[in-house]
Amino acid sequence: MESLLSPSITYLAEAATPGDFAAARIQMALSLGWHIIIASFGVAMPAITLFMEWRGHRTGDVHYRLLARRWARAMGVLFAVGAVSGTVLSFEMGLLWPGLMGTYGQVIGLPFTLEGFAFFIEAIFLGIYLYGWDRLSARAHMWSAVPVLIAGIVGTFCVVSANAWMNQPRGFDLVDGRITGVDPLGAMFNPATGPQSVHMMVAAFMVTGFCMAAVYAVGMLRGRTDRYHRLGFLVPFTVAAVMAPVQVGVGDWAAHHVATHQPVKLAAMEGLYETQRGAPLHLGGVAIDGELRYAIEIPNALSLLAHWDPNAEIAGLNTVPADQRPPVNVVHWSFQLMVGAGFAMLAVAAAFAFIWRWRRGWLTNRWFLRAAALCGPAAVLALEAGWTTTEVGRQPWVVYGVLRTHDAVNTAPGLRTGLVVVLVVYTLLTVATVYVLRRLARDKPVPVAPRESDVETFPVP
Amino acid sequence: MTSADALLGVLFAALTAYALFGGADFGAGFWDLFAGGARTGMRQRKLIEHAIGPIWEANHVWLIFAMVLLWTAFPAVFAGVAATMYIPLTCAALGIIGRGAGFAFRKTSGTLGRQRIFGALFAFSSVVTPFFLGAVAGGIASGRVPPWTAGRGNLLTSWWNPTSVATGALAVAVCAYLAAVFLIFDARREAPDLVPRLRRRALWAGAGTGVLAVAGLVVVELDAGWLADRLWRPVPAALVVVSALAGLASIGLLAAGRYAAVRVTGGLAVAAVLWGWAAAQYPYLLPPATTVSGMAATPAVMRATLWAVLAGAVILVPSLWWLFRLFQMPLRDPSHRAAGGDR
Ligand code: HDD
Ligand code: HEM
Ligand code: HEM
Repeated sequence: MESLLSPSITYLAEAATPGDFAAARIQMALSLGWHIIIASFGVAMPAITLFMEWRGHRTGDVHYRLLARRWARAMGVLFAVGAVSGTVLSFEMGLLWPGLMGTYGQVIGLPFTLEGFAFFIEAIFLGIYLYGWDRLSARAHMWSAVPVLIAGIVGTFCVVSANAWMNQPRGFDLVDGRITGVDPLGAMFNPATGPQSVHMMVAAFMVTGFCMAAVYAVGMLRGRTDRYHRLGFLVPFTVAAVMAPVQVGVGDWAAHHVATHQPVKLAAMEGLYETQRGAPLHLGGVAIDGELRYAIEIPNALSLLAHWDPNAEIAGLNTVPADQRPPVNVVHWSFQLMVGAGFAMLAVAAAFAFIWRWRRGWLTNRWFLRAAALCGPAAVLALEAGWTTTEVGRQPWVVYGVLRTHDAVNTAPGLRTGLVVVLVVYTLLTVATVYVLRRLARDKPVPVAPRESDVETFPVP
Repeated sequence: MTSADALLGVLFAALTAYALFGGADFGAGFWDLFAGGARTGMRQRKLIEHAIGPIWEANHVWLIFAMVLLWTAFPAVFAGVAATMYIPLTCAALGIIGRGAGFAFRKTSGTLGRQRIFGALFAFSSVVTPFFLGAVAGGIASGRVPPWTAGRGNLLTSWWNPTSVATGALAVAVCAYLAAVFLIFDARREAPDLVPRLRRRALWAGAGTGVLAVAGLVVVELDAGWLADRLWRPVPAALVVVSALAGLASIGLLAAGRYAAVRVTGGLAVAAVLWGWAAAQYPYLLPPATTVSGMAATPAVMRATLWAVLAGAVILVPSLWWLFRLFQMPLRDPSHRAAGGDR
């Protein structure tokens, strides 16, 4: 049996290389970055769909109900790929980072256990909601979506608290590299949990709302301005637009938190090398040889934003040795992208409010619709950039100040091969998901469950 | 009993639930693969879709739940298994992607061509994934995985060895068998004319599983002496006998057309094997030297997790019950909704 495999045996006998370490990080980032987009839909889409169904029930307007049906079908697809991509993440936590899980798995175990139950509830009631359309009364059917919403929120809180713990490790005693005592609640409710989880939940609603609205904005740009498309645009867009100003406030809270608890990350986000009072805010710029060049400086702004005091002292990257600094360019630019995208979306949301209040006729204005459609990709960009800021800004630590990423990685050789395989699989998965969703948007609605009565009798615009 | 033992019990209960429910879903994919040509097999595929559509995601969470419990309660065991079993677990994870995505995509595809591609993906990964998961179990049982604290085991022989191949094959057969048994029950309501065909398949799958189980015992005897010795102690041996009896009874019940009862005996046969394995290993988590108490997380973690499990179960059990019940009931009369003023 083994002789069959001898070529691969010699390959596997090589030791793990720096290339494997890089491969593990890329693989983790890729699969997380993929999952988080779908997961955002998992959190927010049931709420928006339920609202549509409820309006349809109350008003009897067939367009609401048709939209709810169509979104439910998309949700079925998104939920399935969300579930499988999340499962892969759970595997990867061990496959790629045994050094993290082997020691600290127990510290972050409680939120993950609770999250497990949240997944159960989510999956069970989503099954009921999607397939029970003709098995339940309208009222019971709508109620069956409520546990999905709650579980989505609870689940997000739990995972993000695990991630927050990596930023602010609390609730354990470490003696000679061994955990001797754990306070699971202390670990779960660490200082970073609050800002991070709220920021993430609001982000989920922005991503989902803007992306859903973008589909109908494009439809309207192509001349389909009937009531069906208007509703499909207005409801999700309103949800996301309301969240846009909230998110800027929450982001500010997150930034204050980072300034107090993770000064090195803040310094990298701002490209600040020297500790100083009255620190300026840098817009743009590139870090070369230990300084940020070509940036626009706004004097004292950083001190003001971070501590509400224009002369507050801000720690620079020089407070830690070079081998404990995160890669400045990545962190600085991803932070700028997130904030830039956030303010751009805020502007479109403000325009929307103006139009809604004073100029309804402009709703079909091409420039407004173009900007509104762009909010979808912009929200996704902000989401990814935000996570890149958080995760790369924590480097070289996987658990801030406690465990280096390099010491957590699986020592198995061949992680590079794994990355290539995963890349191929995720590419195919992306192509297939986009393809199926596009077909869904175009095809006549097909019932989710066999013999669903009302979809078939609905008129399709 | 310590809290570590209690959590181990919960963990194994979750694994059993995954083997039974998740296993049946994988097996449904197995039968999908062998349902025949795109047109002739259409009805059987529809039945499969109908049976597992609403429930597969919930069934699938058992695996995640078991994994999370493992890393919470026995972190070094989780890390050790993951580090050593890097290859089969990666393959299983990719198989899970293919299966879930393939199934969902096929369901929403309108044309035959698209259904065929996604269906093939769903079916193929349904067969491959249980093999890898079974092989991992075999590698653990035969003492080839050290805990994380003791370094990494062999990346290849830990799962590509006689015991692993036997348990991998057995896992595939068990899934097929469970699915056939469960599907007959659904077919009786949804597509009665498929019942004889499914019954034949269930009988074959049952016989095949029995043969593979016996072969597996022989392989364990030859390849994994440590496990073989412990398998013949009273408790594990009794469980193996229970499994064999339940398996034989299932074949009788199938032949007699008692499809509700056979769900119970079929499930029991599978569960008893799992618990027999657990009993043989106990108190060793990773044979031959790593014990439950040596690897357990700190007591505070165990307590918190047990409370979480208890509280979660209070919500979970009635929800699951409702889910399964709802989709075993006949459809409501569609006109009812119109009468209820829903339009
Ligand atoms: C739609 C998405 C979105 C938008 C518009 C914004 N963010 Fe954000 N941001 C995220 C989505 C996000 C995120 C992806 O959800 C992150 C990653 C980790 C986290 O908790 O939230 C994040 C992280 C994150 C962090 C790092 C937290 C940490 O590492 O602990 C800071 C300081 C900010 N954000 C600040 C802001 C500010 C000042 C914004 C003002 C415009 C802003 N964000 C808009
Ligand atoms: C809340 C759940 C999350 C957890 C528990 C988590 C955990 C991890 C772990 C263990 C690593 C590897 C170690 C390291 O490089 O520090 C990592 C890296 C990374 N993650 Fe996260 N992560 C989460 C969310 C996300 C999301 C949603 C993204 C989206 C883009 C993301 C982006 C990244 C990136 C870019 C890296 C690589 C950092 C680097 O190596 O430079 N993470 N994460
Ligand atoms: C900020 C980060 C994350 C958020 C907000 C999030 C949220 C969600 C949500 C809402 C779902 C269910 C809905 C859907 O499938 O679309 C989901 C699925 C899942 N996630 Fe994540 N997730 C995050 C990161 C992670 C990480 C780091 C892991 C693993 C370590 C993980 C593991 C899972 C698993 C296993 C599932 C599947 C559950 C099922 O079968 O239903 N997630 N996630």
